Order: sequence, then C-alpha cells, then structure tokens
Amino acid sequence: MGKTYKRPEALSDAHTHYCPGCTHGIIHRLVAEVIDELGVRGRTVGIAPVGCAVLAYNYFTFDFQESAHGRAPAMATGIKRVRPDLIVFTYQGDGDLASIGLGEIIHAANRGEKFTTVFVNNAVYGMTGGQMAPTTMPEQRTTTSPVGRKTSEAGMPIRMAELLATLATPSYISRHTVIRPKYIVKAKRAIKQAFQYQIEGRCFSLVEIVSTCPTNWGMTPQEAITWTEDKLLAYYKLGEYKTPD
Amino acid sequence: MGKVLMKGNEAIAEAAIKAGGLNYFAYPITPQNEVAEYLSWRLPEVGGSFLQGESEVAVSYMIFGASACGARVFTTSSSPGISLMSEGLSYITAAECPAVFVNIMRGGPGLGGILPSQADYFQATKGGGHGDYHLLVLAPAGIQEAVEMMMEAFSLAEKYRNPVMILGDGLIGQMMEPVEFAEDFVAKPYNNDDWATSGMDTRKSGTRNLVKTLYLDPEELNNHNLKLKAKYQRMKAEEVRFKTYNTEADYAALIVSYGTMSRVCCTAIDNLKEEGLEVGLVRPQTLFPFPEEAVLEAASKESCRFVLSVEMSMGQMVEDVERSVKGRRPVEWYGKCGGEVPTPEDIMGVIRERIK
Repeated sequence: MGKTYKRPEALSDAHTHYCPGCTHGIIHRLVAEVIDELGVRGRTVGIAPVGCAVLAYNYFTFDFQESAHGRAPAMATGIKRVRPDLIVFTYQGDGDLASIGLGEIIHAANRGEKFTTVFVNNAVYGMTGGQMAPTTMPEQRTTTSPVGRKTSEAGMPIRMAELLATLATPSYISRHTVIRPKYIVKAKRAIKQAFQYQIEGRCFSLVEIVSTCPTNWGMTPQEAITWTEDKLLAYYKLGEYKTPD
Repeated sequence: MGKVLMKGNEAIAEAAIKAGGLNYFAYPITPQNEVAEYLSWRLPEVGGSFLQGESEVAVSYMIFGASACGARVFTTSSSPGISLMSEGLSYITAAECPAVFVNIMRGGPGLGGILPSQADYFQATKGGGHGDYHLLVLAPAGIQEAVEMMMEAFSLAEKYRNPVMILGDGLIGQMMEPVEFAEDFVAKPYNNDDWATSGMDTRKSGTRNLVKTLYLDPEELNNHNLKLKAKYQRMKAEEVRFKTYNTEADYAALIVSYGTMSRVCCTAIDNLKEEGLEVGLVRPQTLFPFPEEAVLEAASKESCRFVLSVEMSMGQMVEDVERSVKGRRPVEWYGKCGGEVPTPEDIMGVIRERIK
C-alpha cells in the first residue's frame, strides 16, 4: 500500500513555534498543498508579516521576504510590478493587515495588484501578547481592553472581507475558517482558487481565514473552537464576497 | 548626443534610465515632482516600470520588495517624504538590498517650505530610521554632477548591497544647466543569485533565498551588525570623494561646504581673492563617508586660522567638520535655513568680520 498522505514539498519539516490549538499550522499546510498542486513552487515568493507568522518562512521551502508591520502588500506590489511572472502571496494577521497596514492592503487591492493575500483573523494581536486589534469582538477581553472592548471607545470590529469587497477592482474576496474538517476543505478550495486567479493574471485576490488564539483568549483549544463558531462566525460571516464578473 | 539643457529633476530621471534603473516607485512632493512626471511617460517607452504609490511609506516597501527580488530600483522624494521612507530605509539596509533614493531637500522641520535647504544632513548621514545603519550619501553641486552620481549610484548600491542616497538641495532639482550623458556608460551586470528572492527556478543551485531582518538570537544580531559595520568601514576606505578650491593658496580661512551652497562659496572666494584675502574650500562629494582626512589636512595648513562650515541648515555638517578638525583650529558655522540661499556677499561679510 502506497503513501496516501504526506508532507507537501512546499512545506518544510521544521516544528512550528505556534501554540497548541492555533490554526496557523493548518493554514500553512493548505497554502503549501495548493502551491504543490499548482506546480509553482519554483516561481513563488511569499511575504511574511510581523506578528505570529513572522517566522512563516521557516515552514515553507521556497523564496520568502519578511516585511515590516503591515507593509507586505507594498512589498508584493514591488515584486509583481518588476517580475509579473512570479507567483506572490502575502500572509498577514489582523493586527498587521487591518490596523497598521490598512492603507497598504486597500490601495494594493484597489490598484488590482496581481498577488494573493492570505489573511488570518483571530481577533487579537498574538505575537505581542494579546492586545486589542481592530477585529477584536465587543466585550472581548484583551491585555489592552482588560474589561472588554468598549465599542463606545474602540468602535465595532472591522470586517475586512466586506470592506475590500466594496472596491470594484479586486477579482476575488472570500472568508473561510479551518476550525473543523468541513471548513478546511472549503478553505483550501478558496486558497487554490485565489492562486489560480493570480496565475491567470487576474487582479488582487484575498482569502480571509477566521482563526483561533487559545493562548491570548485564555481558553483551551476546544473552548476556542466553540467560541469561534458561536461568536466570531456570527459576526464574520463565511462566504464569497467578490468573484470575477 | 552632445550637451542638452535640462532641468535637474528631469536630468536625474534620464540618468537613472541610462544606468539601467528602469523600475521607479514614487509619491508626489514638491520640489521634485518633475522626476515622476518625466518617468511616467519615459519609463513605459523604454520597457520600464513606473508606479505612483499611495504614500512614501508604501513606496519604500515597493522599493524593498522589488530590490529584494533582484530588480534595479529607485525613488525620488523630498524631505518630509524621506522621513516617511526612513522606516523602509532601515529595513532595506538591514536586509542588505541595493536601491537608490534621491532626496531633493526642502526646508523643514515639519512642512517647512518648498524652497532649497540642506537641513536633512543628519537624517541622511546619521540614520533617519532606527538601528545602526548608514546610507552611502552622494552630494552633487550641479546638474552634470547629479547625472554622473545618479548613473554611478546603482553600481555603488549593488557593490555594497546597501541603499545609496543622492542628497541634493532644491536648486539641484529645479535649476536648468547644460548636461551631457556619457554615451559609453555601461551599467555593470549584477549577479544576485546568491541572495535575491527571484524564484528558485531562476537559479542553478535550486536552493531557496530568504530576505529578512529579524535576528532573535542576540549573538546572531550582533554578528549581523558587525557585518554591516564592516561594510561602512569599507565605504570609508574606498568611497570618500571631495573637491578642493583655492587650496594651493596660503589661505587664512577654510570653508567646508557642499551642494549648490559650495558654488556660492567659490564665488565668495574669488571675490575675496581680488580684495587680497585668500580662502580655501573643501567640498565633500560624499557626505557619508565624510572626507575627514581631507578636511583635517586642509584645516591644518599653517596659514589657516579657522574653519567655517557653510550650509543651508542651522549647523549640521559642522559637527562632522569639528570631528574631522580634532580641535586643531576653531570651527564655526554660517548658514540660513528658510529657503533663501546665502549670497557671496553674506559669506564674504562673515569671513571679513572674522579675519579682522
């Protein structure tokens, strides 16, 4: 009997630094599987964000650049403008993309830059120790909102997929999650679709993935999945927000 | 192609193209807008890439991304814009990527003004962004020199895998002078297979490249900084450039001045000579590395009673002049920083006053 499930070539054999119950590992694997299946590893450049995934390049086996906080879409723009033949993706968290990098992502999307963004939204700053993000839920406790996010002061969480879908230029915007196998299958399909559109030369594509952070949420991995399903998915609705005309 | 009359900003743009700098990202800011306006039609004509970014912050990372995948890239801006790009400059320098940044300086701080200034000397030569790093800084005193420096800047950036800055005052961008582009100039080929993230398929080794600036291990980060420092030491040994004026005379005073300001100083020196007063001048062409030895040697001439740093700032380069002179002569400063260029008469007055 042959091997039916193995590590993708695009994924390294390094142990990740991610916490138990974090979904970065699953998302990394999906990206790697997609790159393998599309046969583009040799011409792919990934861009790591600042945040928990800053070391993402340790887990992939192709060219990588490491950005400053929020600037990955600008770096991706620079690459695609001078080397349109490369397959480029940014891998960004919610502090990175929805806060400090809001300008960069909106303008890259609006110009229709021909790269793909994998946006991992877990409603908190992870690497810096659990501070409030623009995506943090109302009443959600973080280290900088110890009694819960007050919407009277911090506003309501930003829904990035919906916001970017208001732009006319991007080709593909969708939101998924990977907290249960049934969701993982759909998420992978979406990531593959986003890369496929890039290969076809279509404009900007983004897949938002609602993710977990048991460590900074103060939950067990199982509780984190339940909270994601009950609270986050009620606000961050899964689905396709923009598809090519 | 003989001499043509060109505005500085446009000449700089054309010089970049001649040197193979075909990838340009920028954001509008006065007084250097003609560069982007020129390149917006000229680059498509030569198969290059032109993009107006959404901010100087984003532009500096477009430069970073493009440079990190092996392209020859540059941008131009002016003082407040360079402040915004300074974050990116820190990263680009840390990641050892070559790129050319042109700063056509205007008055500051804050919005300041749009007239010529040299008040970004500290920013250009001492950092600007965070961390231990230096840019190689070239300071042209005219349009012809700006063209030559621009054409050489790319190969210098690639030689050191470090950003190079052309630091020109607003006059360099705005005035028109006859210029000639060297027809035999050949951009040096540049092999970046060993580090650029150009896609694994492009290189024989088949190994992946990584461009990064994070070193969590203290020893690794210290070693990285030592490596950068060694590069700056090498610049100091190999790249110092300067010109002198009237230094064969037995001068009573030595002026140190750069850029357009130094040309005004030369006029003052000519006029004072007619009055029987000899003044010498050292003009740094590289601000980092600074021509320390040349300034020390010129200041140490027996006839020289004092050294005057003349700059369109409130006294920035004067600190490097003092450092170079090592206390052997008094070092003073003269300058203006509102956008008005000191006149030969202003400078002559200062020298006469000091000598009598």
